Amino acid sequence: MKKYILKRILLMIVTLFIVASITFFLMKIIPGTPYSNPEKLTEKQRIVLDAKYGFDKPLAIQYMKYLGGLLQGDLGYSFQFEGRTVISMIKDRIGPSVMIGMQAMVFGTIIGLLLGIISALRHNTVVDYVAVTIAVLGMSIPSFVFAALLQYVVGVKLQWLPVALWESYASTILPSFALSVAVIATVARFIRSEMLEVLGQEYVVTARAKGLKESTITVKHVIRNALIPVVTMLGPLAVSIITGTLVIEKIFGVPGLGEQFTLSILVLDYSVIMGITLFYSALFIFIVFIVDVLYMFLDPRIDLSKEG
Amino acid sequence: MKKTNKIFMMLFLSLVLILTGCNFSSDSGSETPKNDDSEEGKKVLRLTTSSDIPTLDSTKAHDAVAFDVLYNTTEGLYRLDQENNPELALAEEHNVNDDETVHTFILKDAEWSNGEPVTAEDFEYAWKRVMAEQGAYNYMLVTAGIKNAEAIMEEEMSVDELGIKAISEKELEITLEAPTPLFVTLMSFPTFLPQKESFVEEKGDQYALNADNILANGPFKLTDWTQEQGWKFEKNENYWDKDAVNLDEISVVVIKEPSSAANLYETDKVDRVTLTTSLVDQYMDDEDFTQDKLGGTTFLRFNHNHEYLQHAEVRRAISMAINRDGLTDVILKDGSAPLYGAVAEGYYDSPEGTDYRELNGDFNKGTKDEATEVWEKAKSDIGFDELTVSINMADTEEMKKVGEYLQAELEEALPGFQLELKSVPFAQRLEIEKAIEYDISLSTWGPDYSDPMTYLDMWVDGSSANRMDYQNSKIDELVEEARTETDLSKRFELLLEIEAVLLEEDAAIAPLYQRGASVLQNPRVVDLIRHPSGADFSYKWADIK
Repeated sequence: MKKYILKRILLMIVTLFIVASITFFLMKIIPGTPYSNPEKLTEKQRIVLDAKYGFDKPLAIQYMKYLGGLLQGDLGYSFQFEGRTVISMIKDRIGPSVMIGMQAMVFGTIIGLLLGIISALRHNTVVDYVAVTIAVLGMSIPSFVFAALLQYVVGVKLQWLPVALWESYASTILPSFALSVAVIATVARFIRSEMLEVLGQEYVVTARAKGLKESTITVKHVIRNALIPVVTMLGPLAVSIITGTLVIEKIFGVPGLGEQFTLSILVLDYSVIMGITLFYSALFIFIVFIVDVLYMFLDPRIDLSKEG
Repeated sequence: MKKTNKIFMMLFLSLVLILTGCNFSSDSGSETPKNDDSEEGKKVLRLTTSSDIPTLDSTKAHDAVAFDVLYNTTEGLYRLDQENNPELALAEEHNVNDDETVHTFILKDAEWSNGEPVTAEDFEYAWKRVMAEQGAYNYMLVTAGIKNAEAIMEEEMSVDELGIKAISEKELEITLEAPTPLFVTLMSFPTFLPQKESFVEEKGDQYALNADNILANGPFKLTDWTQEQGWKFEKNENYWDKDAVNLDEISVVVIKEPSSAANLYETDKVDRVTLTTSLVDQYMDDEDFTQDKLGGTTFLRFNHNHEYLQHAEVRRAISMAINRDGLTDVILKDGSAPLYGAVAEGYYDSPEGTDYRELNGDFNKGTKDEATEVWEKAKSDIGFDELTVSINMADTEEMKKVGEYLQAELEEALPGFQLELKSVPFAQRLEIEKAIEYDISLSTWGPDYSDPMTYLDMWVDGSSANRMDYQNSKIDELVEEARTETDLSKRFELLLEIEAVLLEEDAAIAPLYQRGASVLQNPRVVDLIRHPSGADFSYKWADIK
């Protein structure tokens, strides 16, 4: 077990290294400069700036220098925001992103589970059809459409919650809700099919034959066993949350990381693009790792360390 | 049971941690206030912006957002008045020697927001710092004609040799290379603002990074600034002209999605928002809807090395074939106005008070038939039947629409002409343009200062903004002459002539439209003055009735 975890951690570092390298070269292919005010930038100013940041050196040297900085945990300074380090920017903006992401995750999972369980227990009834329809809609309507709709109906027309901005706890509700739709749909569909499978298992039939109460069977045998595979969903769900925030944050004016990420790419803020890409990758790799480890605990039949 | 308790504890603790880290702006007390005069008639103007402030260091600032903040919190020697004419600001007196190369300013008794006096040294320090730090707008000192600025930029001289000197605490002497009629106009540009040396040095690399690390000497002071969320100004009670200031407070929130901004306006959270083309239809009939004319222009650059586009008559036919009214009224609808000249309309008056555009009129404006005529003649004179060229353009919603419109218009009016659209990201459009690797480029230009020259001297041979290998020695000579012509009426004549050479003689570019802004503005907000360049707005005289 210890050996397995150690191996995984080593692999994680290698993965991050590869991500950093690919991002570095992709970034350098994009035409343009990271300097502000490119329209008025004169050739002379550009030469001076290139020399200042070492962009006049060969790509290989820039790459080595960059990796060197990375090893020391130095992500550099932002080009858009004079004098701000990338680390301080990530630190400032991660709070709101995590806040709405977590809320969406928790809320979405709970609602999704309820929806999925009810529809499985009432298989092929009206309840089931309604729940499945909701899930399909949630999967197919992009979250930004849903966000715009929520903003207009709840914010402008009913005026129950703030339209946008980041002012109080009430500001977090609409973005979290908009973000949770995809989670609800995914979880509901998954748990429903898992439940249906478990309901047909022999041990459920045995439990019924033993004369156990239906509620006991559902809670102790069916849901418990159906929940295990749901854990695997958490990884991909976390990714959908991260990509979802890019748009949701812009619509609701949330001062988060996703919004900053898209902006940095547009203005070619090299150090910020790199910093946030690495941060997201590390987060994703870590979540996948945790899910795998959790899985081993939940289902002893799975022993990842033996697969090599 | 114990295990689940532990898990709950952990979940709860992490939630608390997240909540404390999420920086709600109301934590710092900047929740957007309601504008209903409930706070004893306190006048608050509530604005929106689409991006955060990149830097508040005036020597490095380069964008409209930072300029707005700097210009309304800090004052220089001059500022623009309500009619966009320069008026003395921190300077009490402005004296010029006989050959107009030495300008002496006597400063008013003004204070910085930390109580220290504004002195002549503050100007000397800040201007030298622009050169030392290679600020984005360091060439403005060259444009203003400041002695040795160009040599310092070329690193042939040291920063100490810049033509600015504090004679005493209140007396500032500025030496120019030659008489420069633009000098006064440029003095209101944010790059020329003063900075307090002791404060800048004390804050070091934290200078101007938050509201506490910046000083004000103007109508307002910055009291709060939360990254990516917004900032707040309060009236500066130490300002020398504080009686002219009507507002008590201004709050600005960052909101990047235009439709969300409009929704904030609808729920009375803000007093003014800018609309994009797609929102104009929805709000056109709203009683708060207005349109402003901006100083920026959109035009076609032609590659003057191109086999056929190097001929003026080919360019003229292309320019004449485009119906600008259709472009602005049907396609853009955002307040943009047709333009038939290089210089924008409505901001630049002659010394006698007539608008530049009115004096020079429209160039290369004609009907489709006239365009076809010019085109056919050019075809037979030069000897070609068909011409296929590509247009280099940014891949924004606006530019794509414009490109498609141009394609339809030109192919209809000019038999044998074909236009291929090549849309690329904005940054690449610029790169292609700078390398002159295009046939036609759909370009934009924003004025640097309030004078027609900012649209004209770019066409000088070898200018970094020329980007089309255009050269006409007449333009070079006229620009050179206008730079030092101190008789302002004569100078304006020269400026008019430059545009005539550029367009009437050469049809060197094809102007398309002057950009506009469609806005929703609370009708109670008055005297919010818009400027064509530098800072977009003056809040000094704004009021809420």
